[in-house]
Amino acid sequence: MPFSFNTVSALVLRYLFLYTRHPVRFVELIFWPLVDLLVWGFLTVYLQKQGAGAFPTAITFLIGAMILWDVMFRSQQGVAISFLEDVWTRNLLNVFVAPVRTVEYVAATCVVGVLRVAFTLVILAVVAASAYQFNITSMGLALLPFLANLILFGWFLGMISTGLIMRWGQAAESLAWAVPFFIQPLAAVFYPVSVLPAWLQPIAHALPCTPVFEGMRAVLSGGGIPWGSLQSALLLNLVWGSLAATFFALNLRHVRKTGLLVKVATQ
Amino acid sequence: MQAQVPILEAVSLVKVFGESTALDGLSFAVAKGESLGLLGVNGAGKTTAMNLLLGLTTPTSGQVRMFGLDLWKHRIEILKKVNFSSAYTNLPSNLLVWQNLVVFAKLYGVRHPKERIEQLLELLDITHLRKSVTGRLSAGESTRVNLAKALLNEPELLLLDEPTASLDPDIADRVRKLLRKLQAETGLSVLYTSHNMRDIEEVCDRLIFLHGGKVLAEGTPGEVHERFNRTSLEDLFIGVARGEVAAIGIQP
Ligand SMILES: Nc1ncnc2c1ncn2[C@@H]1O[C@H](COP(=O)(O)OP(=O)(O)O)[C@@H](O)[C@H]1O
Ligand SMILES: [Mg+2]
Repeated sequence: MPFSFNTVSALVLRYLFLYTRHPVRFVELIFWPLVDLLVWGFLTVYLQKQGAGAFPTAITFLIGAMILWDVMFRSQQGVAISFLEDVWTRNLLNVFVAPVRTVEYVAATCVVGVLRVAFTLVILAVVAASAYQFNITSMGLALLPFLANLILFGWFLGMISTGLIMRWGQAAESLAWAVPFFIQPLAAVFYPVSVLPAWLQPIAHALPCTPVFEGMRAVLSGGGIPWGSLQSALLLNLVWGSLAATFFALNLRHVRKTGLLVKVATQ
Repeated sequence: MQAQVPILEAVSLVKVFGESTALDGLSFAVAKGESLGLLGVNGAGKTTAMNLLLGLTTPTSGQVRMFGLDLWKHRIEILKKVNFSSAYTNLPSNLLVWQNLVVFAKLYGVRHPKERIEQLLELLDITHLRKSVTGRLSAGESTRVNLAKALLNEPELLLLDEPTASLDPDIADRVRKLLRKLQAETGLSVLYTSHNMRDIEEVCDRLIFLHGGKVLAEGTPGEVHERFNRTSLEDLFIGVARGEVAAIGIQP
């Protein structure tokens, strides 16, 4: 498949200009994650005090869960918000009439996702370590494949969000924020899959992030690298990746046919 | 050989949106160095035609060929040699003018972006806007910045959808003169849509009068209104808009 890194870097440059010209955009990358971290951090402190030993130290998995969830969320946002930036500024048609392949456009938004993840992750890791003695690197080497799988799934959710927004127009733009939360209750972020009713469990097991969160709890409880979970996460990501790409491509074809692409870009 | 191949060929383009037919078998060609105008009332199908030519919308049937190649088989290759500007698109409002131009220069793979940008800013008389915030430009300034973007890749074909729509007469006049000059100097081919007769008469060598998604007449600006027994292109336009021309029963 032909692919141009120059095109991707030109598109990424556009977003870098945007973020550096408007430092206020960083607030969103700092403020909300920090608020979440404070809430889950103090909840953890409280539970530890209340439990007076009844809870294992692994209760810190709440903080770990929050941080890892945010990684996935930022990754999804990178894809969906970057697309919305082009819609909001009526720039989308300029990009679509330029020699930009769809894969290059999507790849650029994915790169933005990774940059957003890196930025927020560093801040959260530092604050969690200094305020709650939660060291994210205590997950050891497993942390890297955990992050990779969550970033991948974030991209795919982003592509699904973008596909929906293209099709339903700007009225649906809140989906950019909502899509990850549709699956949050089932993703076993803060509690194991086993607490879900039996009929919901198969759905939970179909999400690539579920084995990551389960694996994280296993690691924080002192287990070794959960190879099985990582393998399931990767396999599920392959499936979700193909589905998300197909969904995006079908929607793009649909909006080109119905003229909605131009509509969403010029309204 | 190559010289005979039109820069752009639209072959029997049909575009149906649900119940309504926006284009009803539109065919035309643009020769190298030619400036063709698509004139028509609101809703005639000008923008729809433009979007089909740019690959923003897919035709219900028919074919678009540019430089002798099929648009949908060679989209990227073709888009490298084409550019577009319209009153309905903007460059990102939150970036500075030079930042936007740098991004698009890179997207189009311009070899010496800095030099090219300086050259265009000078040509369009907007060097002083280099560090302005794109979203704070006046309509005239932003049209010129959009044109700078549209010229970055030294396109062989420039597609302009109502480029003067939001301009005051003075700026509109300057933009038209500039396009004329560019054409004379670079041999650029232009496809220009407008509902403004003045635009078409001044900028275009030839025009297509589009109505209801069909070609109503085709020729030089002078030929077309004469053929319809109208005193001017404007007079013909008003006739078509009010449905009088059909009543007169004139055929192309
Ligand atoms: N996406 C769309 N969905 C439905 N109808 C459309 C769409 N785009 C254009 N049309 C219709 O097609 C016709 C031609 O529109 P357009 O090409 O925008 O005309 P012009 O640019 O000449 O004013 C109009 O009747 C318009 O309502
Ligand atoms: Mg129009």
